[in-house]
Amino acid sequence: MTLTAESTQADKTAQDIGRSHTPPKEKRTGVLPTDGGVAVRPPAAAHLSDDDVRRLGEELDALRDEVIASRGAKDAAYIRRMITIQKSLELAGRAALLGSRYKPLWLAGTGMIALGKILDNMEIGHNVLHGQWDWMRDPDIHSTTYEWDFVAPARGWQHTHNDLHHTWTNVIGKDRDVGYNILRVSPDQPWQKRDVFNPLVNVGLSFVFEWGIASYDLEWDMVKAGYKTREQFDSDLLALRVKAQDQVVKEYIALPAIAMLTKSGGRALTGSLAANVIRNVWAHAVIFCGHFPEEVDTFSEEMIDGETRGDWYIRQMLGSANISGSRLFHIMTGNLSHQIEHHLFPDIPSNHYIKIAPRVREICARYGLPYTTGPFALQLASTWKQICKLAVPDTFDKRRPIASLREAWNNA
Amino acid sequence: MGVREVALSAASVFTAPYQPQDYLRLVNRLSSARQLRGVVRSVTPECSGSVTITFRPGRGWHAHEAGQYARIGVEIDGVRQWRSYSLSAPAGEDPAITVTAVGRVSSHLVQHTKVGDILFLAPPQGDFVLPTGPRPLLMLTAGSGITPVMSMIRTLVPRRPDADVVLIHSARTSQDALFRDELARLAAEHESLHVVHRYTGTDGRIDLTTPADLDRLCPDWRSRKAYVCGPAQLLDDATAMWHEHHAPDALSVERFETALLADGGSGGHVVFEKSDKEADGDGSTTLLELGEDAGVLMPHGCRMGICRSCLVPLRAGQVKDLRTGEIRADEGDLIQTCISAPCGPVHLDV
Repeated sequence: MTLTAESTQADKTAQDIGRSHTPPKEKRTGVLPTDGGVAVRPPAAAHLSDDDVRRLGEELDALRDEVIASRGAKDAAYIRRMITIQKSLELAGRAALLGSRYKPLWLAGTGMIALGKILDNMEIGHNVLHGQWDWMRDPDIHSTTYEWDFVAPARGWQHTHNDLHHTWTNVIGKDRDVGYNILRVSPDQPWQKRDVFNPLVNVGLSFVFEWGIASYDLEWDMVKAGYKTREQFDSDLLALRVKAQDQVVKEYIALPAIAMLTKSGGRALTGSLAANVIRNVWAHAVIFCGHFPEEVDTFSEEMIDGETRGDWYIRQMLGSANISGSRLFHIMTGNLSHQIEHHLFPDIPSNHYIKIAPRVREICARYGLPYTTGPFALQLASTWKQICKLAVPDTFDKRRPIASLREAWNNA
Repeated sequence: MGVREVALSAASVFTAPYQPQDYLRLVNRLSSARQLRGVVRSVTPECSGSVTITFRPGRGWHAHEAGQYARIGVEIDGVRQWRSYSLSAPAGEDPAITVTAVGRVSSHLVQHTKVGDILFLAPPQGDFVLPTGPRPLLMLTAGSGITPVMSMIRTLVPRRPDADVVLIHSARTSQDALFRDELARLAAEHESLHVVHRYTGTDGRIDLTTPADLDRLCPDWRSRKAYVCGPAQLLDDATAMWHEHHAPDALSVERFETALLADGGSGGHVVFEKSDKEADGDGSTTLLELGEDAGVLMPHGCRMGICRSCLVPLRAGQVKDLRTGEIRADEGDLIQTCISAPCGPVHLDV
């Protein structure tokens, strides 16, 4: 996996400033201030005064309060229904694979497991691990006890995702999710030689996405750079080894072994593998549409100095992109199709995003802020276009491609 | 390991990272690897505003002793709420609680519980239990304080002809007196039980500041092992009197109410229990900062209420969410320390 290669380059972390993450300089604890403002507002929000931004923050705070106050038995029933559907799909899918030497059963089994895993990882796992359902105080659906059907151990993922990514959304040098340390996804990241493989790396990543994330969560490079202790790394690695072993045994050994009794061993193995790959490709596609389409902004550390609640909200809106679609589509994306709403309010129950999306969009329109959204195919195309475009340096000259690439290569 | 445990651990190979019980729940609602559950078997009205709820517990429950209590969880508007209730059923039988509609959780249980509902449970606990050897007993109860004692009487009286139990129970009126008919029947059938009802609406409360009332109602009270359960005032007075007139060891009390220090103001003294550190906070400094300044190794993440890496269980007291002003005061509740400030004295499990 390319991520391993990254660790050997980690000694370059110091100059590789565009890709590395450094812990915050100063502690910011508690609620962000409402008054004041950032030194430099992003171009898309440059027309807003400090006062505008404060009012924007108040409007979004009020929206959040409204949702929080409305949570109740219907929401609890929703997440429980999702869990029941997911468990039933998983169980029925595995049962079908036991007879998978009959092709329709292979297809049904593979499909059901893939669907079950998608539900598990996205609408249930991702959102539970954000603490969206902590208010129910049900230990079966709680961010501190939940573990998901994904190789990356939940606790480690919560650190890199909930904490690092959601706090420093799209801040170059802080948000490690900007390209996951292996891709160039923003023109603000300096071009490097390896970036010519951008599209290839991304295709590869999409097939093994869960392993990529698991490896990414270990933060190999942070150990070399001295921000993560060896002990912490070892304990994370051990957790991953235990989790990965259980997952591999379940998917590729235990089930095929049982299926051998019905001469379906091989088919059960390919079914399991196919279901995992389908989930990986789907999750990768949806997640990449969240922050990497062309219209999405990135930020520098200087730009978030003095950030108020309103400015923080603005960064989340400018740094995220939605995908439009049907209710079923939103569920299958874990409501990450409402990436903007999710980034504004990461801990409100996911089933509320669809209801507040028109209001967030209206607020954006009223304050003259972009609200990036579009059909899945377009958002995905935009993301891939960006990935391909950024594979070549900014100085790339289409009229003399080889020569300009050689120049950039020598300069990098 | 029994056959069941072996089977479950074998099955977990196929269910990782979940437990087989998480799948079994599709067919058996009581199945859970994390949270003990019970299904309601009957809801019987008692006197005005009270019901007895009997339930069948799932695996993991152990039979209770007479007089013990259990934490019962019930979902109200999607949120699990926990309260402790004395188990009123005889020892060893399926548990039952007798609930009076006072407060949000009890009112909900009284008004909305139906046969077939799921309740969440914690195993029975408590040392308000019968003495190990035969002894003459005095039970002094008031209001719903009779529930643990009822379990003791139901356990002891039918089985032990040599028992000697005096029950003095206070209720506002005869209509409010829990288990009145059953107690009358038990007292008629068994000489070993003597029941005195005191209706405070007409007779006034029993005065425990002097022994006069007790001397009249139960002249040999000094030679009895006493169990007292009811309002805080009753328990305080009883404790003082047994200290003064008798061996305090002969007295067992069961407290239902814990004193909530709701002084309404903000800020307060914080005790970090595991770290053995303390700090004084104002109403705007977060628990996370207070802890860190006091040298406590506080779990933390985003430090602004997003990521929930900083959750710490509340042991006692109440805290205020600085974003919403919401007050949280439930024992065991997980607190986001980076956006919460103390509201009166607070104990944290960190």
